[in-house]
Amino acid sequence: MAKYLLLKHYRGAPAPHNDVPMDKWEPEEVDAHVRFMREFAARLEEAGELVDVQALAPDGAFVRYDGEGRPPVTDGPFVETKDLIAGWYVIDVESWDRAVELAGELSAAPGAGGKPIHEWLEVRPFYGEQPTATE
Amino acid sequence: VNESELRELVPAVIGVLVRRGADFAAAEDAVQDALVEAVRAWPGDSPRDPKGWLITVAWRKFLDAARADTARRRREELVEAEPTPHPGETADDTLQLYFLCAHPSLTPASAVALTLRAVGGLTTQQIAQAYLVPEATMAQRISRAKRTVSGVQFDQPGDVATVLRVLYLVFNEGYSGDVDLTAEAIRLTRQLAARIKHEEVAGLLALMLLHHARRPARTRADGSLVPLAEQDRSLWDTRMIAEGVDVLQAALARDQLGEFQAQAAIAALHADAQTAEETDWVQIVEWYDELLRLTDNPVVRLNRAVAVGEADGPRAGLAALGGLDPCLPRLAAAAAYLHERDGDPETAARLYAEAARSASNVPERDHLTRQAARLNAALRD
Repeated sequence: MAKYLLLKHYRGAPAPHNDVPMDKWEPEEVDAHVRFMREFAARLEEAGELVDVQALAPDGAFVRYDGEGRPPVTDGPFVETKDLIAGWYVIDVESWDRAVELAGELSAAPGAGGKPIHEWLEVRPFYGEQPTATE
Repeated sequence: VNESELRELVPAVIGVLVRRGADFAAAEDAVQDALVEAVRAWPGDSPRDPKGWLITVAWRKFLDAARADTARRRREELVEAEPTPHPGETADDTLQLYFLCAHPSLTPASAVALTLRAVGGLTTQQIAQAYLVPEATMAQRISRAKRTVSGVQFDQPGDVATVLRVLYLVFNEGYSGDVDLTAEAIRLTRQLAARIKHEEVAGLLALMLLHHARRPARTRADGSLVPLAEQDRSLWDTRMIAEGVDVLQAALARDQLGEFQAQAAIAALHADAQTAEETDWVQIVEWYDELLRLTDNPVVRLNRAVAVGEADGPRAGLAALGGLDPCLPRLAAAAAYLHERDGDPETAARLYAEAARSASNVPERDHLTRQAARLNAALRD
Protein backbone atom coordinates (compact mmCIF):
# COMPACT_ATOMS: atom_id res chain seq x y z
CA MET A 1 0.00 0.00 0.00
CA ALA A 2 1.13 3.56 -0.60
CA LYS A 3 -0.20 6.89 0.53
CA TYR A 4 -1.20 9.67 -1.80
CA LEU A 5 -2.46 13.17 -1.33
CA LEU A 6 -5.33 14.33 -3.53
CA LEU A 7 -5.13 18.08 -3.37
CA LYS A 8 -8.01 20.39 -4.24
CA HIS A 9 -7.38 24.03 -5.10
CA TYR A 10 -9.53 27.12 -4.81
CA ARG A 11 -7.11 28.72 -7.25
CA GLY A 12 -3.90 27.84 -8.98
CA ALA A 13 -4.83 24.61 -10.73
CA PRO A 14 -5.62 24.74 -14.48
CA ALA A 15 -9.20 25.94 -14.99
CA PRO A 16 -11.79 23.13 -15.07
CA HIS A 17 -14.15 22.69 -18.06
CA ASN A 18 -17.22 23.44 -16.01
CA ASP A 19 -15.99 26.60 -14.30
CA VAL A 20 -18.99 28.34 -12.70
CA PRO A 21 -18.80 29.70 -9.13
CA MET A 22 -20.93 27.59 -6.83
CA ASP A 23 -23.27 30.40 -5.79
CA LYS A 24 -24.33 30.67 -9.46
CA TRP A 25 -25.48 27.03 -9.61
CA GLU A 26 -29.07 25.93 -9.13
CA PRO A 27 -29.66 25.17 -5.42
CA GLU A 28 -30.37 21.52 -6.27
CA GLU A 29 -27.01 21.33 -8.02
CA VAL A 30 -25.33 22.55 -4.84
CA ASP A 31 -27.14 19.82 -2.92
CA ALA A 32 -26.08 17.18 -5.44
CA HIS A 33 -22.46 18.28 -5.20
CA VAL A 34 -22.45 18.23 -1.41
CA ARG A 35 -24.05 14.78 -1.47
CA PHE A 36 -21.45 13.51 -3.94
CA MET A 37 -18.58 14.72 -1.77
CA ARG A 38 -19.98 13.07 1.31
CA GLU A 39 -20.60 9.82 -0.50
CA PHE A 40 -17.14 9.84 -2.05
CA ALA A 41 -15.54 10.01 1.41
CA ALA A 42 -17.89 7.32 2.73
CA ARG A 43 -17.00 5.08 -0.22
CA LEU A 44 -13.28 5.50 0.40
CA GLU A 45 -13.75 4.72 4.06
CA GLU A 46 -15.76 1.60 3.26
CA ALA A 47 -13.06 0.46 0.86
CA GLY A 48 -10.46 0.80 3.59
CA GLU A 49 -8.61 3.44 1.58
CA LEU A 50 -9.38 6.67 3.46
CA VAL A 51 -6.76 8.10 5.80
CA ASP A 52 -7.90 11.67 6.18
CA VAL A 53 -10.09 14.28 4.59
CA GLN A 54 -9.94 17.96 5.48
CA ALA A 55 -11.25 21.21 4.06
CA LEU A 56 -9.44 24.54 4.44
CA ALA A 57 -10.99 27.97 4.77
CA PRO A 58 -9.81 30.34 2.02
CA ASP A 59 -8.28 32.89 4.39
CA GLY A 60 -4.95 32.77 6.18
CA ALA A 61 -1.54 34.33 5.60
CA PHE A 62 2.13 33.72 4.96
CA VAL A 63 4.19 34.02 8.12
CA ARG A 64 7.94 34.15 8.62
CA TYR A 65 10.57 34.72 11.30
CA ASP A 66 11.72 38.32 11.42
CA GLY A 67 14.76 38.11 13.63
CA GLU A 68 15.55 37.84 17.32
CA GLY A 69 13.11 39.56 19.66
CA ARG A 70 10.78 40.61 16.87
CA PRO A 71 7.31 39.26 16.28
CA PRO A 72 6.89 37.12 13.14
CA VAL A 73 6.01 38.95 9.94
CA THR A 74 2.71 38.06 8.34
CA ASP A 75 1.86 38.60 4.72
CA GLY A 76 -1.81 38.21 3.95
CA PRO A 77 -4.55 37.84 3.05
CA PHE A 78 -3.53 35.84 0.02
CA VAL A 79 -3.56 37.80 -3.22
CA GLU A 80 -5.96 36.78 -5.96
CA THR A 81 -3.25 35.33 -8.19
CA LYS A 82 -1.92 33.06 -5.50
CA ASP A 83 -2.24 29.29 -5.64
CA LEU A 84 -4.75 28.46 -2.92
CA ILE A 85 -5.36 25.00 -1.49
CA ALA A 86 -8.97 24.14 -0.66
CA GLY A 87 -8.52 20.80 1.00
CA TRP A 88 -7.29 17.27 0.61
CA TYR A 89 -7.88 13.58 0.83
CA VAL A 90 -5.12 11.32 2.05
CA ILE A 91 -5.63 7.85 0.67
CA ASP A 92 -3.80 4.61 1.25
CA VAL A 93 -4.07 2.51 -1.92
CA GLU A 94 -2.43 -0.33 -3.81
CA SER A 95 -0.90 1.69 -6.60
CA TRP A 96 -0.44 4.97 -8.39
CA ASP A 97 -3.03 3.76 -10.90
CA ARG A 98 -5.62 3.35 -8.17
CA ALA A 99 -4.83 6.85 -6.85
CA VAL A 100 -5.32 8.27 -10.34
CA GLU A 101 -8.55 6.34 -10.75
CA LEU A 102 -9.92 7.79 -7.50
CA ALA A 103 -8.80 11.32 -8.40
CA GLY A 104 -10.68 10.88 -11.69
CA GLU A 105 -13.84 9.93 -9.81
CA LEU A 106 -13.50 12.91 -7.51
CA SER A 107 -12.91 15.24 -10.45
CA ALA A 108 -16.23 14.08 -11.90
CA ALA A 109 -18.13 15.64 -8.96
CA PRO A 110 -21.30 17.23 -10.36
CA GLY A 111 -21.32 21.01 -10.81
CA ALA A 112 -23.31 23.61 -12.73
CA GLY A 113 -25.96 22.06 -14.97
CA GLY A 114 -25.49 18.78 -13.12
CA LYS A 115 -22.44 18.12 -15.33
CA PRO A 116 -19.05 16.95 -14.03
CA ILE A 117 -16.76 19.81 -12.98
CA HIS A 118 -13.62 18.19 -14.48
CA GLU A 119 -11.67 19.87 -11.68
CA TRP A 120 -7.91 19.39 -11.87
CA LEU A 121 -6.69 17.61 -8.76
CA GLU A 122 -3.09 17.32 -7.73
CA VAL A 123 -2.08 13.74 -6.90
CA ARG A 124 1.11 13.50 -4.88
CA PRO A 125 2.81 10.41 -3.50
CA PHE A 126 3.99 10.53 0.11
CA TYR A 127 7.54 9.45 0.81
CA GLY A 128 7.32 6.00 2.33
CA GLU A 129 9.25 4.38 5.16
CA GLN A 130 12.63 2.83 4.62
CA PRO A 131 11.83 -0.85 3.95
CA THR A 132 13.06 -3.33 6.53
CA ALA A 133 14.58 -5.65 3.92
CA THR A 134 16.50 -3.62 1.40
CA GLU A 135 18.26 -6.37 -0.55
CA VAL B 1 -22.00 -2.53 33.96
CA ASN B 2 -23.71 0.77 33.31
CA GLU B 3 -20.74 2.76 32.18
CA SER B 4 -22.19 6.19 32.84
CA GLU B 5 -23.21 5.27 36.41
CA LEU B 6 -19.71 4.05 36.94
CA ARG B 7 -18.22 7.23 35.54
CA GLU B 8 -20.34 9.27 37.93
CA LEU B 9 -18.35 7.79 40.79
CA VAL B 10 -15.01 8.84 39.38
CA PRO B 11 -14.56 12.30 40.91
CA ALA B 12 -15.61 11.18 44.38
CA VAL B 13 -13.21 8.23 44.26
CA ILE B 14 -10.36 10.48 43.14
CA GLY B 15 -11.25 12.75 46.07
CA VAL B 16 -10.99 9.89 48.55
CA LEU B 17 -7.57 8.92 47.23
CA VAL B 18 -6.35 12.51 47.40
CA ARG B 19 -7.56 12.78 50.99
CA ARG B 20 -5.64 9.63 51.81
CA GLY B 21 -2.47 11.31 50.63
CA ALA B 22 -2.21 10.49 46.96
CA ASP B 23 -1.30 13.36 44.71
CA PHE B 24 -3.99 14.29 42.23
CA ALA B 25 -2.17 13.10 39.09
CA ALA B 26 -1.43 9.65 40.50
CA ALA B 27 -4.90 9.33 42.04
CA GLU B 28 -6.48 10.13 38.71
CA ASP B 29 -4.38 7.53 36.90
CA ALA B 30 -5.19 4.92 39.53
CA VAL B 31 -8.93 5.55 39.24
CA GLN B 32 -8.75 5.21 35.45
CA ASP B 33 -6.98 1.88 35.88
CA ALA B 34 -9.61 0.79 38.37
CA LEU B 35 -12.34 1.72 35.89
CA VAL B 36 -10.78 -0.47 33.23
CA GLU B 37 -10.66 -3.32 35.73
CA ALA B 38 -14.26 -2.69 36.77
CA VAL B 39 -15.50 -3.03 33.21
CA ARG B 40 -13.58 -6.29 32.92
CA ALA B 41 -14.57 -7.64 36.33
CA TRP B 42 -18.28 -6.83 36.17
CA PRO B 43 -19.58 -8.14 32.88
CA GLY B 44 -23.02 -8.74 34.40
CA ASP B 45 -23.97 -7.42 37.81
CA SER B 46 -22.09 -4.71 39.61
CA PRO B 47 -20.99 -5.32 43.18
CA ARG B 48 -23.37 -4.09 45.84
CA ASP B 49 -21.11 -1.17 46.65
CA PRO B 50 -19.45 -0.15 43.38
CA LYS B 51 -17.95 2.95 44.94
CA GLY B 52 -16.33 1.01 47.77
CA TRP B 53 -15.01 -1.48 45.23
CA LEU B 54 -13.56 1.30 43.07
CA ILE B 55 -11.92 2.95 46.08
CA THR B 56 -10.32 -0.32 47.16
CA VAL B 57 -9.06 -1.21 43.70
CA ALA B 58 -7.94 2.33 42.86
CA TRP B 59 -6.05 2.61 46.14
CA ARG B 60 -4.30 -0.70 45.43
CA LYS B 61 -3.43 0.51 41.92
CA PHE B 62 -2.10 3.69 43.39
CA LEU B 63 0.09 1.82 45.88
CA ASP B 64 1.37 -0.48 43.14
CA ALA B 65 2.35 2.53 41.09
CA ALA B 66 3.86 4.28 44.07
CA ARG B 67 5.82 1.13 44.87
CA ALA B 68 7.14 1.04 41.36
CA ASP B 69 7.84 4.74 41.08
CA THR B 70 8.89 6.20 44.34
CA ALA B 71 11.14 5.53 47.21
CA ARG B 72 10.20 2.82 49.67
CA ARG B 73 10.05 5.28 52.52
CA ARG B 74 7.39 7.39 50.83
CA ARG B 75 5.33 4.29 50.18
CA GLU B 76 5.55 3.11 53.77
CA GLU B 77 4.43 6.48 54.98
CA LEU B 78 1.39 6.21 52.76
CA VAL B 79 0.53 2.70 53.81
CA GLU B 80 0.81 3.72 57.43
CA ALA B 81 -1.30 6.74 56.76
CA GLU B 82 -4.05 4.64 55.24
CA PRO B 83 -7.16 5.46 57.23
CA THR B 84 -10.23 3.35 57.75
CA PRO B 85 -10.80 1.07 54.78
CA HIS B 86 -13.88 2.91 53.59
CA PRO B 87 -14.15 6.51 54.69
CA GLY B 88 -17.21 8.32 53.53
CA GLU B 89 -16.91 11.09 51.03
CA THR B 90 -16.16 14.22 52.97
CA ALA B 91 -17.29 17.72 52.13
CA ASP B 92 -17.70 17.54 48.45
CA ASP B 93 -14.77 16.01 46.67
CA THR B 94 -16.63 15.96 43.40
CA LEU B 95 -17.19 19.69 43.55
CA GLN B 96 -13.53 20.25 44.42
CA LEU B 97 -12.54 18.29 41.34
CA TYR B 98 -14.65 20.50 39.10
CA PHE B 99 -12.77 23.49 40.46
CA LEU B 100 -9.37 21.87 40.15
CA CYS B 101 -9.93 20.75 36.56
CA ALA B 102 -11.11 24.22 35.55
CA HIS B 103 -8.30 25.97 37.39
CA PRO B 104 -7.53 29.38 35.86
CA SER B 105 -3.87 28.39 35.35
CA LEU B 106 -5.02 25.90 32.68
CA THR B 107 -5.68 26.81 29.06
CA PRO B 108 -9.30 26.22 28.03
CA ALA B 109 -8.37 23.16 25.95
CA SER B 110 -6.43 21.63 28.85
CA ALA B 111 -9.21 22.35 31.31
CA VAL B 112 -11.70 20.69 28.99
CA ALA B 113 -9.55 17.59 28.56
CA LEU B 114 -8.82 17.29 32.26
CA THR B 115 -12.46 17.79 33.22
CA LEU B 116 -13.60 15.11 30.79
CA ARG B 117 -11.09 12.68 32.24
CA ALA B 118 -11.07 13.38 35.96
CA VAL B 119 -14.67 14.52 36.42
CA GLY B 120 -16.26 12.73 33.48
CA GLY B 121 -14.24 9.54 33.76
CA LEU B 122 -13.72 9.32 30.00
CA THR B 123 -10.64 7.60 28.68
CA THR B 124 -7.91 9.52 26.92
CA GLN B 125 -8.78 7.62 23.74
CA GLN B 126 -12.42 8.74 23.91
CA ILE B 127 -11.42 12.35 24.50
CA ALA B 128 -8.89 12.24 21.66
CA GLN B 129 -11.55 10.88 19.31
CA ALA B 130 -13.98 13.57 20.32
CA TYR B 131 -11.51 16.31 19.42
CA LEU B 132 -9.97 14.56 16.40
CA VAL B 133 -6.43 14.56 17.68
CA PRO B 134 -4.07 11.58 18.04
CA GLU B 135 -4.34 9.79 21.37
CA ALA B 136 -0.68 10.53 22.17
CA THR B 137 -1.36 14.25 21.75
CA MET B 138 -4.33 14.14 24.08
CA ALA B 139 -2.41 12.04 26.62
CA GLN B 140 0.31 14.68 26.59
CA ARG B 141 -2.20 17.52 26.97
CA ILE B 142 -3.75 15.79 29.98
CA SER B 143 -0.48 15.01 31.69
CA ARG B 144 0.75 18.57 31.19
CA ALA B 145 -2.52 19.83 32.65
CA LYS B 146 -2.03 17.60 35.67
CA ARG B 147 1.46 18.97 36.17
CA THR B 148 0.10 22.52 35.92
CA VAL B 149 -2.36 21.96 38.77
CA SER B 150 -0.06 19.76 40.83
CA GLY B 151 0.67 22.60 43.24
CA VAL B 152 -2.93 23.63 43.69
CA GLN B 153 -4.37 22.71 47.03
CA PHE B 154 -7.30 20.38 46.67
CA ASP B 155 -9.49 22.10 49.25
CA GLN B 156 -9.08 25.56 47.79
CA PRO B 157 -12.39 27.19 47.00
CA GLY B 158 -12.82 27.68 43.28
CA ASP B 159 -14.64 29.97 40.95
CA VAL B 160 -17.90 28.61 39.59
CA ALA B 161 -17.66 30.89 36.55
CA THR B 162 -14.51 29.18 35.29
CA VAL B 163 -16.15 25.77 35.68
CA LEU B 164 -19.17 26.96 33.73
CA ARG B 165 -17.00 28.24 30.90
CA VAL B 166 -15.34 24.84 30.64
CA LEU B 167 -18.66 22.99 30.62
CA TYR B 168 -20.01 25.39 28.01
CA LEU B 169 -16.99 24.63 25.81
CA VAL B 170 -17.56 20.89 26.19
CA PHE B 171 -21.16 21.43 25.12
CA ASN B 172 -20.37 23.64 22.18
CA GLU B 173 -17.22 22.25 20.63
CA GLY B 174 -15.85 18.93 19.63
CA TYR B 175 -16.69 16.32 17.05
CA SER B 176 -18.13 12.95 17.66
CA GLY B 177 -16.41 9.72 18.40
CA ASP B 178 -18.22 7.13 20.46
CA VAL B 179 -18.98 9.76 23.11
CA ASP B 180 -21.67 12.37 22.66
CA LEU B 181 -20.01 15.45 24.13
CA THR B 182 -23.20 17.49 24.33
CA ALA B 183 -24.86 14.77 26.37
CA GLU B 184 -21.72 14.47 28.49
CA ALA B 185 -21.71 18.23 29.09
CA ILE B 186 -25.33 18.03 30.23
CA ARG B 187 -24.53 15.13 32.55
CA LEU B 188 -21.61 17.02 34.11
CA THR B 189 -23.63 20.23 34.48
CA ARG B 190 -26.56 18.35 35.99
CA GLN B 191 -24.20 16.69 38.45
CA LEU B 192 -22.75 20.09 39.34
CA ALA B 193 -26.21 21.63 39.74
CA ALA B 194 -27.10 18.86 42.18
CA ARG B 195 -24.14 19.83 44.36
CA ILE B 196 -24.21 23.57 44.37
CA LYS B 197 -27.09 25.99 44.52
CA HIS B 198 -26.02 28.62 42.04
CA GLU B 199 -28.27 30.50 39.62
CA GLU B 200 -25.81 30.44 36.75
CA VAL B 201 -25.18 26.70 37.06
CA ALA B 202 -28.93 26.26 36.72
CA GLY B 203 -28.93 28.81 33.90
CA LEU B 204 -26.30 26.90 31.97
CA LEU B 205 -28.08 23.59 32.55
CA ALA B 206 -31.32 25.11 31.26
CA LEU B 207 -29.53 26.58 28.25
CA MET B 208 -28.00 23.22 27.38
CA LEU B 209 -31.29 21.36 27.76
CA LEU B 210 -33.18 23.89 25.64
CA HIS B 211 -30.61 23.70 22.85
CA HIS B 212 -30.18 19.96 23.02
CA ALA B 213 -33.95 19.50 22.78
CA ARG B 214 -33.87 21.03 19.31
CA ARG B 215 -30.99 18.97 18.03
CA PRO B 216 -33.05 16.36 16.11
CA ALA B 217 -34.54 19.18 14.01
CA ARG B 218 -31.31 21.05 13.40
CA THR B 219 -29.80 18.86 10.68
CA ARG B 220 -31.31 16.87 7.86
CA ALA B 221 -30.50 13.20 7.33
CA ASP B 222 -27.84 14.28 4.82
CA GLY B 223 -26.07 16.45 7.40
CA SER B 224 -27.22 19.80 6.01
CA LEU B 225 -28.30 22.57 8.39
CA VAL B 226 -31.91 23.57 8.97
CA PRO B 227 -32.33 27.18 10.15
CA LEU B 228 -34.50 27.67 13.24
CA ALA B 229 -37.39 29.15 11.28
CA GLU B 230 -37.57 26.10 8.99
CA GLN B 231 -37.20 23.41 11.63
CA ASP B 232 -39.85 20.76 12.03
CA ARG B 233 -40.90 21.65 15.55
CA SER B 234 -42.60 18.31 16.08
CA LEU B 235 -39.07 16.87 16.26
CA TRP B 236 -38.21 18.99 19.29
CA ASP B 237 -37.95 17.06 22.54
CA THR B 238 -40.81 18.56 24.54
CA ARG B 239 -39.90 16.75 27.77
CA MET B 240 -36.42 18.18 27.67
CA ILE B 241 -37.80 21.64 26.89
CA ALA B 242 -40.15 21.38 29.88
CA GLU B 243 -37.26 20.39 32.11
CA GLY B 244 -35.15 23.27 30.81
CA VAL B 245 -37.94 25.75 31.41
CA ASP B 246 -38.48 24.45 34.96
CA VAL B 247 -34.80 24.69 35.79
CA LEU B 248 -34.66 28.19 34.34
CA GLN B 249 -37.75 29.44 36.16
CA ALA B 250 -36.43 28.21 39.49
CA ALA B 251 -33.16 30.02 38.81
CA LEU B 252 -34.80 33.27 37.69
CA ALA B 253 -36.97 33.26 40.79
CA ARG B 254 -33.84 33.72 42.90
CA ASP B 255 -33.33 37.05 41.20
CA GLN B 256 -29.62 36.82 40.49
CA LEU B 257 -29.61 37.25 36.76
CA GLY B 258 -26.53 36.16 34.84
CA GLU B 259 -25.41 35.61 31.29
CA PHE B 260 -26.40 31.95 31.03
CA GLN B 261 -29.85 32.55 32.49
CA ALA B 262 -30.45 35.34 29.98
CA GLN B 263 -29.32 33.13 27.11
CA ALA B 264 -31.50 30.32 28.39
CA ALA B 265 -34.46 32.71 28.57
CA ILE B 266 -34.00 33.50 24.89
CA ALA B 267 -33.76 29.80 24.05
CA ALA B 268 -36.91 29.19 26.11
CA LEU B 269 -38.82 31.84 24.16
CA HIS B 270 -37.87 30.11 20.91
CA ALA B 271 -38.83 26.74 22.33
CA ASP B 272 -42.15 28.14 23.44
CA ALA B 273 -43.27 29.11 19.94
CA GLN B 274 -45.40 26.46 18.21
CA THR B 275 -44.50 27.98 14.85
CA ALA B 276 -41.71 30.34 13.83
CA GLU B 277 -44.33 33.06 13.25
CA GLU B 278 -45.51 32.86 16.85
CA THR B 279 -42.05 33.69 18.22
CA ASP B 280 -42.21 36.53 20.73
CA TRP B 281 -39.45 38.62 19.18
CA VAL B 282 -40.22 41.69 21.28
CA GLN B 283 -39.48 39.78 24.46
CA ILE B 284 -36.42 38.21 22.85
CA VAL B 285 -35.05 41.68 22.09
CA GLU B 286 -35.65 42.64 25.71
CA TRP B 287 -33.65 39.65 26.87
CA TYR B 288 -30.84 40.59 24.48
CA ASP B 289 -30.86 44.03 26.07
CA GLU B 290 -30.45 42.37 29.48
CA LEU B 291 -27.66 40.25 28.07
CA LEU B 292 -25.92 43.34 26.71
CA ARG B 293 -26.06 44.93 30.13
CA LEU B 294 -24.44 41.81 31.60
CA THR B 295 -21.88 41.29 28.89
CA ASP B 296 -21.46 43.78 26.12
CA ASN B 297 -19.86 41.84 23.32
CA PRO B 298 -20.14 41.97 19.53
CA VAL B 299 -21.67 38.49 19.21
CA VAL B 300 -24.55 39.48 21.47
CA ARG B 301 -24.99 42.70 19.48
CA LEU B 302 -25.12 40.72 16.26
CA ASN B 303 -27.75 38.30 17.56
CA ARG B 304 -29.71 41.18 19.01
CA ALA B 305 -29.73 42.89 15.61
CA VAL B 306 -31.28 39.81 14.01
CA ALA B 307 -33.95 39.75 16.71
CA VAL B 308 -34.58 43.47 16.19
CA GLY B 309 -34.99 42.71 12.49
CA GLU B 310 -37.79 40.29 13.36
CA ALA B 311 -39.42 42.52 15.97
CA ASP B 312 -39.20 45.91 14.23
CA GLY B 313 -38.52 45.04 10.60
CA PRO B 314 -35.37 44.39 8.56
CA ARG B 315 -34.38 48.08 8.27
CA ALA B 316 -34.23 48.35 12.05
CA GLY B 317 -32.20 45.15 12.14
CA LEU B 318 -29.73 46.47 9.56
CA ALA B 319 -29.42 49.69 11.53
CA ALA B 320 -28.66 47.67 14.66
CA LEU B 321 -25.83 45.92 12.77
CA GLY B 322 -24.20 49.30 12.13
CA GLY B 323 -20.98 49.89 13.97
CA LEU B 324 -20.05 46.22 14.26
CA ASP B 325 -16.66 45.11 12.99
CA PRO B 326 -17.21 43.94 9.38
CA CYS B 327 -14.92 40.96 10.04
CA LEU B 328 -17.14 39.64 12.82
CA PRO B 329 -18.03 36.01 12.04
CA ARG B 330 -21.60 35.61 10.78
CA LEU B 331 -22.08 39.35 10.28
CA ALA B 332 -22.35 38.96 6.50
CA ALA B 333 -24.83 36.09 6.91
CA ALA B 334 -27.01 38.15 9.25
CA ALA B 335 -26.88 41.15 6.90
CA ALA B 336 -27.73 38.89 3.95
CA TYR B 337 -30.76 37.55 5.77
CA LEU B 338 -31.99 41.04 6.66
CA HIS B 339 -31.41 42.39 3.12
CA GLU B 340 -33.43 39.53 1.65
CA ARG B 341 -36.30 40.30 4.02
CA ASP B 342 -35.96 43.92 3.04
CA GLY B 343 -36.60 42.97 -0.60
CA ASP B 344 -33.05 43.31 -1.90
CA PRO B 345 -32.11 39.83 -3.20
CA GLU B 346 -29.07 41.08 -5.18
CA THR B 347 -27.33 42.41 -2.08
CA ALA B 348 -28.48 39.40 -0.08
CA ALA B 349 -27.04 36.95 -2.65
CA ARG B 350 -23.71 38.79 -2.74
CA LEU B 351 -23.53 38.82 1.07
CA TYR B 352 -24.46 35.14 1.36
CA ALA B 353 -21.64 34.26 -1.06
CA GLU B 354 -19.28 36.43 0.99
CA ALA B 355 -20.50 34.79 4.20
CA ALA B 356 -19.89 31.35 2.70
CA ARG B 357 -16.26 32.27 2.05
CA SER B 358 -15.73 33.17 5.69
CA ALA B 359 -17.79 30.34 7.23
CA SER B 360 -16.08 28.49 10.05
CA ASN B 361 -17.30 25.01 9.21
CA VAL B 362 -18.32 23.01 6.16
CA PRO B 363 -22.06 22.51 6.86
CA GLU B 364 -22.38 26.25 7.47
CA ARG B 365 -20.43 27.04 4.30
CA ASP B 366 -22.62 24.70 2.25
CA HIS B 367 -25.77 26.17 3.75
CA LEU B 368 -24.71 29.75 2.96
CA THR B 369 -23.61 28.81 -0.57
CA ARG B 370 -27.00 27.25 -1.13
CA GLN B 371 -28.74 30.41 0.09
CA ALA B 372 -26.74 32.47 -2.40
CA ALA B 373 -27.54 29.95 -5.16
CA ARG B 374 -31.25 30.05 -4.28
CA LEU B 375 -31.38 33.85 -4.56
CA ASN B 376 -29.29 33.96 -7.73
CA ALA B 377 -31.50 31.31 -9.34
CA ALA B 378 -34.62 33.32 -8.48
CA LEU B 379 -32.99 36.46 -9.91
CA ARG B 380 -32.30 34.64 -13.20
CA ASP B 381 -35.96 33.60 -13.62
